[in-house]
Amino acid sequence: MEQSFLFLVLTLDATLRVSTPLIFCAMAGLFSERSGIIDISLEGKMLAAAFAAASVAAVTGSAWLALIAGVAVAVGLALLHGFACITHKGNHVVSGVAINILASGLTIVLGIAWFQRGGQTPSLPPTARFMPVEFPLAQAVDGVPVLGTIYRELLSGHNLLVYVAFLIVPLTWWVVYRTRFGLRLRAVGENPTAVDTAGLSVSWLRFRAVMLCGLLTGLAGTYLSIAQNASFVRDMTAGQGYIALAAMIFGKWRPFPAFGACLIFGLLDAVAIRLQGVHVAGIGEVPVEFIQALPYILTVILLAGFIGKAVAPKAIGMPYLKER
Amino acid sequence: MVNPVTDRSTVLPQAEKASPAVLPAAIQLTRICKSFGPVRANHNVNITIAAGSIHGIIGENGAGKSTLMSILYGFYETDSGLIEVDGKPVTITSPQAAIAVGIGMVHQHFMLIDTFTVLENIILGAETSTLLNPGLAEARIKLQKLEDEYGLNVDLDAMIGELPVGEQQRVEILKALYRNARILILDEPTGVLTPQETTQLFRILRALNREGVTIVLITHKLKEIMAITDTVSVMRAGEMVAHRKTEATDAEELAELMVGRKVFGTIDRGTAACGEPLLKVTGLRVDSDGAVPLLDDISFQVRAGEIVGIAGVSGNGQSELLEVLSGIRGFDAGEIMLNGRQVSPDHLCDPKAVRGLKTAHVPEDRHRLGMVTRFSAQESSILGYQDSAVYNRGPFFDLSRIKAECRRLMDGFDVRPRHPEILSANMSGGNQQKLILAREIDKDPEILLVGQPTRGVDIGAIEFIHRQLVELRNRGTAVLMVSVELDEVMKLSDRILVMFGGRIVAEVAGPDADEKTLGLMMANAHGCTPAPADTHA
Repeated sequence: MEQSFLFLVLTLDATLRVSTPLIFCAMAGLFSERSGIIDISLEGKMLAAAFAAASVAAVTGSAWLALIAGVAVAVGLALLHGFACITHKGNHVVSGVAINILASGLTIVLGIAWFQRGGQTPSLPPTARFMPVEFPLAQAVDGVPVLGTIYRELLSGHNLLVYVAFLIVPLTWWVVYRTRFGLRLRAVGENPTAVDTAGLSVSWLRFRAVMLCGLLTGLAGTYLSIAQNASFVRDMTAGQGYIALAAMIFGKWRPFPAFGACLIFGLLDAVAIRLQGVHVAGIGEVPVEFIQALPYILTVILLAGFIGKAVAPKAIGMPYLKER
Repeated sequence: MVNPVTDRSTVLPQAEKASPAVLPAAIQLTRICKSFGPVRANHNVNITIAAGSIHGIIGENGAGKSTLMSILYGFYETDSGLIEVDGKPVTITSPQAAIAVGIGMVHQHFMLIDTFTVLENIILGAETSTLLNPGLAEARIKLQKLEDEYGLNVDLDAMIGELPVGEQQRVEILKALYRNARILILDEPTGVLTPQETTQLFRILRALNREGVTIVLITHKLKEIMAITDTVSVMRAGEMVAHRKTEATDAEELAELMVGRKVFGTIDRGTAACGEPLLKVTGLRVDSDGAVPLLDDISFQVRAGEIVGIAGVSGNGQSELLEVLSGIRGFDAGEIMLNGRQVSPDHLCDPKAVRGLKTAHVPEDRHRLGMVTRFSAQESSILGYQDSAVYNRGPFFDLSRIKAECRRLMDGFDVRPRHPEILSANMSGGNQQKLILAREIDKDPEILLVGQPTRGVDIGAIEFIHRQLVELRNRGTAVLMVSVELDEVMKLSDRILVMFGGRIVAEVAGPDADEKTLGLMMANAHGCTPAPADTHA
């Protein structure tokens, strides 16, 4: 009993850690897509940010400078996406794919050139990372059954960015549904012509949206390389950008449902890690490959069957052309 | 006439007569030019719109009305010319600038966001605070005052997508008033309205006008110009060709000015010589995702040699009916007899088979279903019949034959320009429609299904198309016509069916139809009971 409760708490604890980048990316995608800009380059921006953050942390030893570098690189790529899609009315998917390829290749090439470790960055000391934050009295309440364990293992002991991710969700909701900017953001994704005739700049609104998207993917990348891990590893995002995109669509472009989807995907991932090598009654040892594939299989199943009718913002993916 | 040569009358001899003495004109345009590449959309356009008047601008599609209004609303910049508002020269480079000088616009396609409430739509772009709620509360107070003042009743918390179009239009008007517009431009405002909604709109416009709002009405409907305007300007081929006081002119003169030649208003239809029923529909039903079926319990027949018109506000199932009959869409219950062949939900007939039954289809949306706009005219002219032996030689197209046939169709239906190689997209709406009609009618169909035969088609071509339809009927074809233009339905039909909410709610004999009754039926003012068979006149 005691054992399985601890197992549950630890699984949930892992869930929080693995869903953090998903949450950042899902909210990032939400801002972008609500404004009408399809963003499949969440993956690439996150990867580039992870590399930038790890590199800067390795060179300067400052986690905060690393964070700034990660965000700056991601925002830069977001602006590139905006330049292609908004200014030059390019195809959103093509631009996104280009950014993903660019990020994947460039991080390896620069990594090898700068650090000579086959694309990996040097291992970071704790001072150059975001380390777990112990809540006050975390050790003291350890004796308290259930609540004490939850407090110590689940709530306390994460790094700063995990907490930021969980605060970003209500903040996103508040911005999208309770501010003037949010109203305009939702409007421009539905009917840019209406926004234009209301005397607002469609381009400027969309640029602000993709920049917010860049900011959040930058946080996600930074989290991966200097908070969750201690260095950059080539292609370390491993498709999480796409999973986050799926989660956002699964949540029908709304913050809290998207957040829920991120947690589901995170949980699957955490369970997959925990179940490796475990004997399941009647089946025996579950093959590692199957466990690892589980989140992706479920993603396909969820997206194919259980999402219902996902109504995207009406003007999504369409460049805004002025016309009569 | 007496003509003291004042400063402006030298430039605008005709417009000057219309403006009253003291107030400066609400809008004065002088020598406005605007070209798109080689196309002169507006050329030396002069117009004076008197403050406090209702001014109509009439012209065919493509005459340059919309371009002119887009210039006034800051969508386009002029190549040259002067814009004055309330006597002061202004440059309008953006909608924002237009709003600032007091111009409001109700666009033909509403600029509304379906998933927003009325209130959110109205304040969009004119929010008074960074946070949403205080701004919404403030706007609510101001809007309630406006609603009371002008008798514009709209539920501010309703979702736009759930409102009927007439009400959506009122939201657009409120939107302009909320931005303190004193000059209101309406672009083809009645295209989507029932006659009753049109009457109501005009009542609102008159009320606004009494409160001092200057109203500019852009339309191609002569009747509306005559009904509501004080003064009218006529545009043709990018130029202003005449300015008149409405009371000093009549519909015939305006039509002639618009088209540039005499237009004959009536068509001699002769009497219907009806034969056997060729198209028979019994108990047709098409289910939807929701609870209410798209089409329900549709029964009617069309005999050889008659035109049956289907009237109704768009979106009441007419499009779906045409799609079912032409084989594009399946159905869930009922039976169709199509030229002797029985079609049921289990034995559907695909569009090719439908064509094989000598049934031709001129679709409602010609750009989506009627042609491929990126194809040349000759390619568009064989769509649906591309497998016919006429156009093929062995496994290949007989291109010279296709071109010759296309030229023959163009000659027969007066399609201009007479270039089979021209891109379909580069032909005007009227000529595209004539080409499609030519393609379908040329095959001597026994049944013709035609949707919106003259949507976006100018007056001259409308008349031609109407003649072709009547001629076809006189040759013994069964014609089923769906149209949102009530005038057209009344003018051409031997019998009229009225659709509402996916059902046929009434049937009227063509000669007995009057606009008011039909309008009430279209709005289903009598409650939705499908017409029993004995209402046949």
